[in-house]
Amino acid sequence: MNSNGLSTSVPASTGPGGAIAESAGSPVQKAAQPILATENVTMQFGPFVALNNVSASFESNKLTAIIGPNGAGKSTFFNLVSGAFAPTLGRIRFQGRDITGMAQHEFARMGIAKSFQITNVFKLLSAHENVRVAAQMRRTRFELLRPRADLKDLIDQADALLHRVGLTGLRDKRAGDLAHGQQRCLEIAMALACEPQLLLLDEPTAGMSPEETLAMMDLITSLAEERTVILVEHKMKLVMGICQRLVVLHHGEVLAEGTPDDIRTNDEVKRVYLGQSI
Amino acid sequence: MLRNSVLNGISRHRVAAVTGFLLVFPWLMPYEALAVNVLIFGLYAMGFNLLFGYTGMLSFGHAAFLGVGSYGTGIVMVHYGWPWYLAIPAGVILASLFGVVIGWMAIRTRGIYFSMVTLALAQCVYFIFYKAESLTGGENGLRGIKLETIDFLGLQIDLLNPTNKYYFLLIFVVMTLWFVSRVLSSPFGAVIETIRENEKRSAACGYDVARTKLVAFVLSAAICGLAGSLRALHLSVVPVDSLHYLTSGQAVMMALLGGMGTFFGPFVGAAAFLLIEDVVTNITKYWQFVAGAVFMTFVLFFPRGIWGSILHWLRQR
Repeated sequence: MNSNGLSTSVPASTGPGGAIAESAGSPVQKAAQPILATENVTMQFGPFVALNNVSASFESNKLTAIIGPNGAGKSTFFNLVSGAFAPTLGRIRFQGRDITGMAQHEFARMGIAKSFQITNVFKLLSAHENVRVAAQMRRTRFELLRPRADLKDLIDQADALLHRVGLTGLRDKRAGDLAHGQQRCLEIAMALACEPQLLLLDEPTAGMSPEETLAMMDLITSLAEERTVILVEHKMKLVMGICQRLVVLHHGEVLAEGTPDDIRTNDEVKRVYLGQSI
Repeated sequence: MLRNSVLNGISRHRVAAVTGFLLVFPWLMPYEALAVNVLIFGLYAMGFNLLFGYTGMLSFGHAAFLGVGSYGTGIVMVHYGWPWYLAIPAGVILASLFGVVIGWMAIRTRGIYFSMVTLALAQCVYFIFYKAESLTGGENGLRGIKLETIDFLGLQIDLLNPTNKYYFLLIFVVMTLWFVSRVLSSPFGAVIETIRENEKRSAACGYDVARTKLVAFVLSAAICGLAGSLRALHLSVVPVDSLHYLTSGQAVMMALLGGMGTFFGPFVGAAAFLLIEDVVTNITKYWQFVAGAVFMTFVLFFPRGIWGSILHWLRQR
């Protein structure tokens, strides 16, 4: 597994040549700069290497799916690029800027929003307040004495986002009382409320009924028309029809990347997904 | 329909509602000194509730802020002869500074570890003040805080009269009620609730959880410091056990008994707790046994507390 012989104790700054050269050199300003790029990213949990030397880049305004069988390192990859934790080795760049090791809240402020694999909402607050407080982040964070009812635009923005994800009728219900699929939609509305340039979704259809899954896929397609979306998905079939690019992970490494057609005809991918129709 | 609009009206004008209640409160109590105690401890529990009920952080060390507020006010009055209107801010500021230091260290931990760290740091504060005898009077407490009359716009108010004292202290409590109410309905108030609900989500929304917690912690410390400061003026001494961990426990009990995360709950909790103490001590000196039994009953069967359960019941019907 540990093919390039990295030891667990190697700190990021003394990592293999690639990482140093990349971080020391000035960022290359190409015409089509990727919105997000990982450079030789390795993530180890103790002796276990979850991701091994993964370099991938994601173009603006495209819908990219990261797929792979169970244990491929999809969730680890998602957590790294969404700021949940920092990689053991390697760098992560957002719009050319090195964001490796930045705090979770800084990711959101830069314009990277995410929805979690396991639904994460503010259960005791109303659906509307969940979205409103997420939208508030762009405007104000430490105002102590101004009534938030004065910030009418945020209230309207939250209502518009609830409408977008189809939860208008459930506006005043407690988030914890919503059905599973509705909570997932609510989470997407919360992510959108941050006005992200990059939207990261971790298995957005997990645990959803077939009808809900279809509606979610439609929603994601329409969201991807306005911004970059990266989607982590376990079910390959689901994303083939809607994404423009795919990255296939396997055993913590990039197995293949390309358009859905490239992936469909890739022998390596066929081998990994043996017995499944692609 | 009517009941709902009344409930909504009360919650919209919560400061006025609580103030109205506190204005008539002394006439409901067996004697005024008890009402003054409820006022002070209600304020203390309210400061604690801002952190526990709204931000979701259970501190076992809030006696530090009550005590430091008391000592701050007492020391500048006794040793330096400051007037009361400077001594109260001095107590609040000193408690806030302790809040910054203790909070800065404690917010690195979560859950039970946070509780333990606050408890340990509060015990450190206890021993510092206990040992600094020349300044604090050590074991005997700080004596000699005198505030008998105040001049207010040419008006002489006799504070030895317990009714006058109650309404004098009520002014500070109402100002704090207004302040806390504003904070709770501010954008910041929304953020602390998201931290109580789900820290991870709050960070993913772009909120700096550590910094928000620290601000909430210091605000809470300042309010408890004000309660301590008023208590020093009320008792005219600062007993060293105002820093004791049992005093920290009282804040927890009062907030839970009244209803954590409710605006009025801390005052209800303080009144219930002090009434139990007052009534039961007439019968047996083991009043803490009864208080403990009542507390456990509430934790087990009415976790919303007295006021929280009443609100819930009114909304459900």
